[in-house]
Amino acid sequence: MVDMSVQIGRVSLANPVMPGSGTFGEGLDDVMDLNRLGAIVAKTITPEPREGSPLPRVVEYKDAFLGAIGIPNKGPEHFVREIASFYRQFSPPFVASISAPTVEAFGKIAADVSKPGIDILEINISCPNLEKDGKAFAMDPDATEKAIRRITECTDLPVWAKLSPNAGDAPTVAQAAEAGGAEALTVANAMVGMAIDAEAMRPRLGNITGGMTGPATKPVILFMAYQVARSVSIPVIGCGGISTAEDAIEYMLAGASAIQAGTVNFIHPAAMLDIIDGMEAYCRRKGIERVSDLTGALDDDEGMKLEQLAKSA
Amino acid sequence: MSEPAPKAAADLERFPVGEMIGTVVENTAVNDGYNHLVLDAPRGAATAKAGQFFHLLCPPTGEHTPFLRRPMSIYRIDRGQGRLEFLYKIVGGGTKALATLKAGDGLNIFGPLGVGFTLEDGWKHVLMVARGVGLATLAPLAELAAERDVRVTAILSARSPEFMMSEEYLRSVGAKVITVNDADGTSNVDDVERTVRGIVEAEGVDLLATCGSNRLLLMLQCLAREYGIAGQVALEQLMGCGIGMCFVCVLPFRTPDGLAYRRVCKDGPVFPIEEALSW
Repeated sequence: MVDMSVQIGRVSLANPVMPGSGTFGEGLDDVMDLNRLGAIVAKTITPEPREGSPLPRVVEYKDAFLGAIGIPNKGPEHFVREIASFYRQFSPPFVASISAPTVEAFGKIAADVSKPGIDILEINISCPNLEKDGKAFAMDPDATEKAIRRITECTDLPVWAKLSPNAGDAPTVAQAAEAGGAEALTVANAMVGMAIDAEAMRPRLGNITGGMTGPATKPVILFMAYQVARSVSIPVIGCGGISTAEDAIEYMLAGASAIQAGTVNFIHPAAMLDIIDGMEAYCRRKGIERVSDLTGALDDDEGMKLEQLAKSA
Repeated sequence: MSEPAPKAAADLERFPVGEMIGTVVENTAVNDGYNHLVLDAPRGAATAKAGQFFHLLCPPTGEHTPFLRRPMSIYRIDRGQGRLEFLYKIVGGGTKALATLKAGDGLNIFGPLGVGFTLEDGWKHVLMVARGVGLATLAPLAELAAERDVRVTAILSARSPEFMMSEEYLRSVGAKVITVNDADGTSNVDDVERTVRGIVEAEGVDLLATCGSNRLLLMLQCLAREYGIAGQVALEQLMGCGIGMCFVCVLPFRTPDGLAYRRVCKDGPVFPIEEALSW
């Protein structure tokens, strides 16, 4: 019997597997038993309702998804009344994902959604910061720390900061989020990209730029998770191209305490159950009693350099 | 990346939607550019309803590697034999890949998905007006109506007579079929409108259903409003997840609060005719 539970700050999860924000919906209740998940993560909401980006919203690649959805949502009041109350019937902790254009607005929406039925706040800081010329909070350690600090002042719920892979210096932003009071870090959001139709001489996305997700992003974000886990003392939740149990285990070995599966839910809607079962089978096969023992268990001694090899020969 | 095995929950009542492997019974060309795919898929056939769709994981070929699934409206639900049938036009990488499937091959399908057609109690006569590939989408409505003893008249519009692939099938389920085509000039919208008005005024119609043409949609919207008849339109759109999570497949609709995006996969693909802006 493998102990699949993991501890993320104050919160204990029955297993380390949860959906990435924006890749989950109530429709999955018709597909699988949602009580088997480690946590349920909602789609991001913003202070004001949004209709989302112009069409088209997606470009597909061989193993990636470039999407510009634009965070369509009906605002915090609708979220608390309709969405959070729907998920109260399920046992896993329910994570709200929030975003806002200013530090103050982040604090306000955090307070607005700190209601019964919502257990954790994940902070989407990849959005433009209107106080800094639209530069994303997550690109900027100072803005990240201010936003997270303001949020933690406005809520008693655990706060997870979701970092951006577009930040030049991920460990510094991660440390800023930790200093601001984050209890965990989700590593990471989508990578910004664009696509062009050469024949039409037009962008392929209505929004011009979008976020790239899917298996192709895994090497980049796996490294980011590894790097961030070594530079903070709070748990890291790996999120980037995870489609299989093997992908999830790689993130755990790199230092993640839990994982989020995202784009794979669009293609194999019950993939998270396969990931949970596969992680458990791996632990059993390896004689690992607790899945949490995988966290940071990577043996990362570098290979022997040629000079050393020459000496030892 | 190794493909995870489909994980369809055993309890169909509790979990009616799932990923499953259908076995290809046939996948043959019916005419220039259209294929007829018959899948042995008992689980899917047991739960599917008229107007719903399946989300198909098209197989990778040397030339095409579709990452996302492709939505496909159901042409026929054969509960007796546990089969699902699809009629598709070969256009892009996904459908080209689909066309390579041979009898005996497996195809990963996910569904049934979406809101299908609604037949209200007391309705006696459905008038379907479909064009091109829209014929396939409306076919299950004819069968549903037949099961409920609701009379069906179908006006099928196509470029030329050899595109009338659904005609025989619709007659077999008891529909009265009127065919019009571009080759002999019978399919222009004014003529079709006259035909629809004639049927509505002479026989009475409880539901106008359409798929496949923007001009037919706009004409039927006007007639539905003028005569006070219910209307339903089946729409298509490029999709991501197919189950309402990703918000890729939205289209603008008229709503009580003005124009708003709705998800074709989850809020449709069948919508009240008055809400659609275009097909």
